[in-house]
Amino acid sequence: MLKLILAQGMLGLNNGVFYAMLSLGLAVIFGLLNVVNFAHGALYMSGAFLALILYSYLGVWIGLDDFHVNFWFALILVPSMVGGLGMIIERTLLKWLYRFDPIYSLLLTFGITLILQGLFINFFSASGTPYPGQPESLKGVVNLGFMVFPKYRLFAIVFSIAVCLAVWFVIERTRIGALLRAGTENPDLVKAFGINVPLMVTLTFGFGTALAGLAGVLAAPIYSVSPLMGADLIIIIFAVVVIGGMGSIMGSVVSGFALGLIEGVTKVFYAPAANTVIFFLMVVVLLVRPAGLFGRQT
Amino acid sequence: MNIASSQQAPLLKISDLNAWYGESHVLHGIDLELGEGQLITLLGRNGAGRTTTLRAIMGMVDRRTGSILIHGDEFIDKPAHRIAHLGRIGYCPEERGIFATLNVEENLMLPPTVGEGGMSVAEIYDMFPNLKEVRKRMGTRLSGGEQQMLAIARILRTGARLLLLDEITEGLAPVIVKALSEAILDLKQRGYTIMLVEQNFRFAAPLADRHYVIENGKVIDRIEAGEVEAKMDRLNHYLSV
Repeated sequence: MLKLILAQGMLGLNNGVFYAMLSLGLAVIFGLLNVVNFAHGALYMSGAFLALILYSYLGVWIGLDDFHVNFWFALILVPSMVGGLGMIIERTLLKWLYRFDPIYSLLLTFGITLILQGLFINFFSASGTPYPGQPESLKGVVNLGFMVFPKYRLFAIVFSIAVCLAVWFVIERTRIGALLRAGTENPDLVKAFGINVPLMVTLTFGFGTALAGLAGVLAAPIYSVSPLMGADLIIIIFAVVVIGGMGSIMGSVVSGFALGLIEGVTKVFYAPAANTVIFFLMVVVLLVRPAGLFGRQT
Repeated sequence: MNIASSQQAPLLKISDLNAWYGESHVLHGIDLELGEGQLITLLGRNGAGRTTTLRAIMGMVDRRTGSILIHGDEFIDKPAHRIAHLGRIGYCPEERGIFATLNVEENLMLPPTVGEGGMSVAEIYDMFPNLKEVRKRMGTRLSGGEQQMLAIARILRTGARLLLLDEITEGLAPVIVKALSEAILDLKQRGYTIMLVEQNFRFAAPLADRHYVIENGKVIDRIEAGEVEAKMDRLNHYLSV
């Protein structure tokens, strides 16, 4: 029984990887921009597709059938591309909406989601495509004692914990992070001190969306790459963000991993509840601590 | 600009400054000037436009017209984030603007350097010894006096030479007001140019070279330090609520 719990816990943690990385990006963006980025799931999906395109399609398109951009390059290249797309979205569309109610930016990003999904469905069909570019060195399994676990999934867990810790460190312990936190609290004053806040906002949005792209690349070898993979996830991610506390960095990371874990362990006891348990917890948290577990009560 | 001409021309010269928040027109043609090393105060009732004058200088209003010359350069069209650098200005807002999610040291180090010759952290802790004791504390866990000292200290670090200080004595205990008064005097002796928005005339009077009385977004009177006693009745009339 204990083995079963541990095993499901590991699988749950594996989902938690994506909950944590995506809600982290959302938290960073919401903190500074006060924008609920509904396009986050679609950007995650775009990240997975870009990894797939770089590996499977690009070579064919340019006439070099043996040309594949491997996983490790994709892990660097794709987040930069998705982050770049994010910055273009912020500069050309989002920045006009800051003066208005946040609902407008939510609707805009929802629209962007539909466009991105539509584009990928049009070119790749709605069904999933497997990503064949999983690196050789991460194929196979490791024996964890209580279960055998795919090497790649273990890598994804360790890698994303490292990314989350690095982001936390930068935001909570460095000067760049201090500027970001100050900008979140009082952008006008930070501007008056001589900081180019609009540029900071663009870079932050780019960074948050790059995290979504990174999660997409990481997900490509695990889940099949499909235009709706982001839409399935984004609802859970929003629940994670609400539980952790809107805009809280630590809250989104901890609750991301924790909820993945809880979801997995729930499967052991009553499998049909696994999909619901997160939302049940969200309701409880909202009743007890409306600002979320790590949110500041105002 | 050479030294001789900067001594003649005022460091800051504001003419016909108008400012808006959204649709509401708050400043209706402010004129004032401030020489290098001088200290002036903006007096007036709440809502007269004194805070907005400082915010308009810093570019923190929605729209502004007129002219703001600093060392002879026009600042009216400069973007907000360039003003502190180009004018070597330090701004201390009315609500103090201490960041709650930053500790004292982070708050102190936050504003970027705008020029050479800023105070070192050691000098700042010398001037405000209380801050040193609480330097790892979060911004919200400070007393009002500590917050005020921090808000002034952090702009002294940047090398700013023109200080815009908004209601720095508001809500503070007399002993702290006295400490602040000594600090401002010290800064004046060090050659800083200072514009004070002040409600507490007893605090401001011994420090200032000149007072501007502002009402309905306009300067309605200008009183030199030497004239204060003779014009005390008028001042009392302006400031009575």
